[in-house]
Amino acid sequence: MTPDELLALAQQVVDQARPDEEIEVACSYGSSRSIRVHGGEVESLTTADNTGIGVRVLVDGREGFASAGSLHAEVVADMLREARDNASFAEADEYVGIARPDGVPAAHIDLWDDGVAATPNDVKIDLALDLERQVTAGDPRISGVRVAAYGDNEASFALASTAGIAAASRATSASLSVQALADDGDRTQTGFAYDGARSPDKLDIGRVAGRAVSQAVDLIGATKPETMTLDLVLDPHLSATVLGLIAGTLTGDRVLKGRSPFVDRVGETIGAEALTLIDDATDPVSFGADSHDGEGLATRRVPLVEAGVLRGFLHDSYTGRRSGDGSTGSAVRGTRGLPSPGVHALHVAPGSGSLDDLIADTELGLLVFSLAGLHSGVNPVSGDFSVGVEGRMIRNGALAEPIQECTIGSTLQRLLLDVTHVGGDVVNLPSGVTTPSLVVGGVALSGRSA
Amino acid sequence: MISQDLVERTLGVALGGGAEFAEVFAEDVRRGSVSLDDGRIESLASGRDRGAGIRVVSGRSTGFAHTADLSEAGLARAAKAAAEAVRGAEPITAASIEPRATTPGPVAVAPAEVEKATKVELLRQAEEVARGTDPAISQVGARYAENRRRILVANSDGVLATDDQTRTLFSVSCVASGDAGLQTGTESVGLSVGFELFDRYDVSRLATDAANRALTKLKARPAPSGTLPVVIGPGSGGVLFHEACGHGLEADLVRKGASAFAGRLGEQVASPLVTLIDDGTMAEEWGRFAIDDEGAPAQRNVLIQDGVLVDYLWDGIRAREDGRPSSGNGRRQSYRHLPMVRMTNTYLAGGDTDPADIVASVDHGVYVARLGGGQVNTASGDFVFGMVEAYMIEDGQITAPLREGQLIGNGPRVLQQIEAVGNDFEMGPPGTCGKDGQGVPVGDGVPTLRVAELTIGGTVS
Repeated sequence: MTPDELLALAQQVVDQARPDEEIEVACSYGSSRSIRVHGGEVESLTTADNTGIGVRVLVDGREGFASAGSLHAEVVADMLREARDNASFAEADEYVGIARPDGVPAAHIDLWDDGVAATPNDVKIDLALDLERQVTAGDPRISGVRVAAYGDNEASFALASTAGIAAASRATSASLSVQALADDGDRTQTGFAYDGARSPDKLDIGRVAGRAVSQAVDLIGATKPETMTLDLVLDPHLSATVLGLIAGTLTGDRVLKGRSPFVDRVGETIGAEALTLIDDATDPVSFGADSHDGEGLATRRVPLVEAGVLRGFLHDSYTGRRSGDGSTGSAVRGTRGLPSPGVHALHVAPGSGSLDDLIADTELGLLVFSLAGLHSGVNPVSGDFSVGVEGRMIRNGALAEPIQECTIGSTLQRLLLDVTHVGGDVVNLPSGVTTPSLVVGGVALSGRSA
Repeated sequence: MISQDLVERTLGVALGGGAEFAEVFAEDVRRGSVSLDDGRIESLASGRDRGAGIRVVSGRSTGFAHTADLSEAGLARAAKAAAEAVRGAEPITAASIEPRATTPGPVAVAPAEVEKATKVELLRQAEEVARGTDPAISQVGARYAENRRRILVANSDGVLATDDQTRTLFSVSCVASGDAGLQTGTESVGLSVGFELFDRYDVSRLATDAANRALTKLKARPAPSGTLPVVIGPGSGGVLFHEACGHGLEADLVRKGASAFAGRLGEQVASPLVTLIDDGTMAEEWGRFAIDDEGAPAQRNVLIQDGVLVDYLWDGIRAREDGRPSSGNGRRQSYRHLPMVRMTNTYLAGGDTDPADIVASVDHGVYVARLGGGQVNTASGDFVFGMVEAYMIEDGQITAPLREGQLIGNGPRVLQQIEAVGNDFEMGPPGTCGKDGQGVPVGDGVPTLRVAELTIGGTVS
């Protein structure tokens, strides 16, 4: 279905609003392919069409929601009925409601590439097979590949509401990922890498294979280190992970409900001076780019932290009204859930120096390969941060022995303040984060008791 | 959902291009939830998902397509797409379908039949009790969720079976605010039952427990770093075995050399105190079902017996390749996903030691009353999991509460280091296990146990 067809369907439901109702309807349609290969053969090839609808109904400040994975007329009618019924049991809040158009013009952003549809499945299968081959041939110590995968998606989305919002968009994406296994006879090490683009021809197989191979092979012989304090060197992938967690605590709902360590701190220094974080979905180059947010408002440039000073939070229409700050066009959602404020396209302002320069400037540090247990080891309310880590030690400016089975511990608050260097090597990642490498000083590494 | 005739015709289309195996998986899910936050019933949400996934296997390749359109034309389209994705083995004829009788878990009170106002009332009650616990409780959230999932599985081996799975969940989360910042406490219960869940559990009690957990942590000190003996309390500690070896015993990972337990059947992989069981038949438990998502009956499978590795966990595909029956562990998140090997309810059988003696046996260590989620790298065996509620043990006594931190260990080594197993077995709170992007409901449980050494991911050396 085209975005316009979806929009017409959404509008049809909205038009059924009773005089005392506000209605917002989100519809999506997508077709996707997912290919997994193993041992030079296709392990699975999945083709799918996905549809979804989410209906939000508001009556006197009370909100009800219903969603379904089908756009059949009978199901859609059922969802409208359910959402209305649900609204009658919720409690009123004067700030609850759908977004009102606020006059901010939407950026024109083209997220569609015909390459996804134009590329035959055989070529896509070959991409995954080639990736597996390149990993296997990448180093004699590679003992296998757990999985090499290709995936792509063509998606349309439309949103209409009784406030007069009517937004429709479409986007394509393609990705490659691989997990390499390296065996030193004693232990099996893993290296994971991925790439994403708007079209399969823009995927960089060589880079994905190279990263997966080097991470797995470089961990061979890893041992558990002694407990110590050291500097963390994070390449752009790892910087994106850590800063993404922090940006996730800067949302209006967390702040208004007293669930963020950064409540009441706007205008204060919360990070190192070298650190500037901006959420900017209007940057067409970012993979998090979008002309509209999940409530149909134009996205905009939202400064979060500038030179270490907290500038503000991410708001959707509800938290924008309640805080008095207005929506920042930061609503994120699928059709299966209600919108909430979140990060679209985090940008970290570059400093200077390459990853190699940052390593060379580090006396005692750890070049992080991967973090484990982010969902259980990071508390976004208290800020407590304790995660498993593996990587290579840095001693006197040079990469040294690999380590694993250890953790790093800090708090999200401390990590921001302890950033000592921001690199100049900005990378635009498929996750939507655009960031250079970072160094965080003086972090506790827990391993063997000394 | 779909008639037997239509199932047979769809299987015929799926096999038409030449294949060794074809399967139709149809699913109809209805979800409902009510959430309270920030002093207000925020929203009620309902969801419905209905569709079918069609799988065609030829050699080592699987073609899969899914559709939300359960009409004959919609199913045929998906069946063709799945068939085209694999290239031609010799066409086979499907075995004649024999519907198999199954016994879905009993539901005394269907949640969908209960008034929404009653569900709202439970949340209000939880909030009131939590806020009343102490003025330091600054925020309370509570959530009720119900899920009814009906499935039908039919395949070219002649299987046709259905299941009707109901799950009901309630959780409370509190924030406590003190001089040292904010702390959180969460408590949740969930069973494969209907609204009678609330005959088994008192929401006021859950609210009090969640609030107390947050309050306790206001006084917590930073966790130590380095290696220490660890005593794990009953219930939630099951996640230790889920991560330390459960995933590593999944046959798909074993086959790909991505498990530290590959090739070790019959070996002493754990301390003799360890008997580990995965049991999809456990009445009412969160990971319970009558048939798995490939139509195989749920089973009780002993994985490790007195420390000896007895078997891995199997789904249909991996079992077929090995010429053995499935162990009933083929599961999928929804009709939009391919099944793979998954755990159900995984637990360590109880021992005979008094839990008080286990704590008393530690001079200097950590007592973990509640574990959170975890993650494992099955290839290296390294795993982490979060301490949600933990205390120091000093001279055999549980003392100061600790802030949150992660524990890290190596599965194969930790299994050997289980030094004591208590007689106080409990199942833990309901969990969602993630693997390759799919989440499925799982249960786990343990009695109190002592591990000789784990690395505590704290900040104090």
